[in-house]
Amino acid sequence: MRPGAANIVQFENVGLRYGSGAETLSDLSFSLAAGAFYFLTGPSGAGKSSLLRLIYLAQRPSRGLIRMFGEDVVTLPRARMPGFRRRIGTVFQDFRLIPHLSAYENIALPLRVNGVAESDIDTPVREMLEWVGLSGRAYARPDTLSGGEQQRVAIARAVIGRPEILVADEPTGNVDPDMAGRLLYLFEALNKLGTTILVATHDLHLIPRVHHAQTITLDKGRLAGVQPAAPTGGR
Amino acid sequence: MALFGRGSGSWLTSAAGRRLLPEGWLSGPMPWVIAIMMFLMVLAAAAGLALGFAARGLDNHMSSQITVQIVDANRERRDAAADRIIAAASALPGVTSVRRIEDQEIAALLRPWLGAGLAENDLPVPAMIDVAFEPGVTGGPAAAEAAIRAISPRARVDAHAQWLAPLAGLIASLRWLAGVLVLLMAAAAAFTVVLAARSALNTHQATIDVMHHLGSSDAQIARLFQRRIATDALFGGMVGLLLASLVIFAVGNRIARVGSDLIGSVDLPLTAWAILAALPLAGTLLAMVAARLTILLALRRRL
Repeated sequence: MRPGAANIVQFENVGLRYGSGAETLSDLSFSLAAGAFYFLTGPSGAGKSSLLRLIYLAQRPSRGLIRMFGEDVVTLPRARMPGFRRRIGTVFQDFRLIPHLSAYENIALPLRVNGVAESDIDTPVREMLEWVGLSGRAYARPDTLSGGEQQRVAIARAVIGRPEILVADEPTGNVDPDMAGRLLYLFEALNKLGTTILVATHDLHLIPRVHHAQTITLDKGRLAGVQPAAPTGGR
Repeated sequence: MALFGRGSGSWLTSAAGRRLLPEGWLSGPMPWVIAIMMFLMVLAAAAGLALGFAARGLDNHMSSQITVQIVDANRERRDAAADRIIAAASALPGVTSVRRIEDQEIAALLRPWLGAGLAENDLPVPAMIDVAFEPGVTGGPAAAEAAIRAISPRARVDAHAQWLAPLAGLIASLRWLAGVLVLLMAAAAAFTVVLAARSALNTHQATIDVMHHLGSSDAQIARLFQRRIATDALFGGMVGLLLASLVIFAVGNRIARVGSDLIGSVDLPLTAWAILAALPLAGTLLAMVAARLTILLALRRRL
């Protein structure tokens, strides 16, 4: 982790159990520095998605402490959850676009939820559509978009509110290598603007493409290792 | 966020907000169920209000009037007693009018039973005196009866309250029944809204999940649904009111044709119509509150 940088996420001995089953995540202790880029890797069933669910506040841990933005989110009252969620951008593996809304409306949704005036919505949404290369598909519904286009709408929706951390679950799982590279480029661009990025992937070929990324590896719900960023110019 | 508040949630009531829940207006059975319930509620409320106004008139009449009969075959004694009673009753506190019923009026009242020519035969008819009191005066009729008996022990005093009491009791019971029916209909409408809100929550589960992840508050999500449900409830309420009003006019017309003073006293003044017209609005408010509470309670179970 980047020395000296403030931690945006901090896990201490976190465990997660669904119902009365075995622990899906066990004894996780790590932190994410603000403004850094992370990959989260591990085999299928390692607990990557469960870990992301804890970070994007869809789940509370069974034990341990999670601090985000300097506050304990394990005991965070429900009423304060929306405010925290607005600081987190999430790209779901299955996109979760609202099917009856156009790409434009889907991307505008976080701004509207955040109380941005209608007159201030059009410009950033158009900019975001251009950024993800979908200016010509603004009024298309998700079911008329390709997998890659849906992925880009989901990313645009996740970042339009300028979140402090972006969490992406297998964002390149449904796209070809060329599109995967373009998506990574988008994440890097966002990271340069100061957003912490956490990308869960089982595609190890993706990791060397982002030179400054650190890699967190999970195995059977436990932390298997944290690999620091490659030295500048080393790859 | 208030029930009608705007603030950061104002877009929820805009076209953009409406598009989040894609079903068209009046898409489900709820507006029509509300219309039926409002129809029955307005009829029950109209009956209760009409009976209430009738009972109020009856109450004033009951508590404020007595009729004195002086039964004496000797006309001179009868007239003399009547004059003394009129003088004594007029002097009593709280008495607003004392009137001896003319012999011709009595003859007209008796004609259906005794036939014409009552004046020609020797059949004595009692002298009758109506004594009216100020409404709300307590003890007036009792004091008058005591004074009248002191003048003429053979005088018979009929307090109208006595013979109208069973009718007043019936009216009071029917009013209660109407009130209970209105409350039951309101409860049934509220439960219908609860079921509709739960169903809508299930239908739009995916949208709600996304909204939550994007940072929507429970209140923002509740407003999406309560607006839709309020629109449906208002439509149903207005349809119910319109149909019930037609029935009330038709029944009122029938009552007017009966020509009975008693039945004719069952009337709906302007105030009653104003109350009936407010029922759909009250129903809409009830639907909004029921929808909001249902959705907030359901969302509270989630993270």
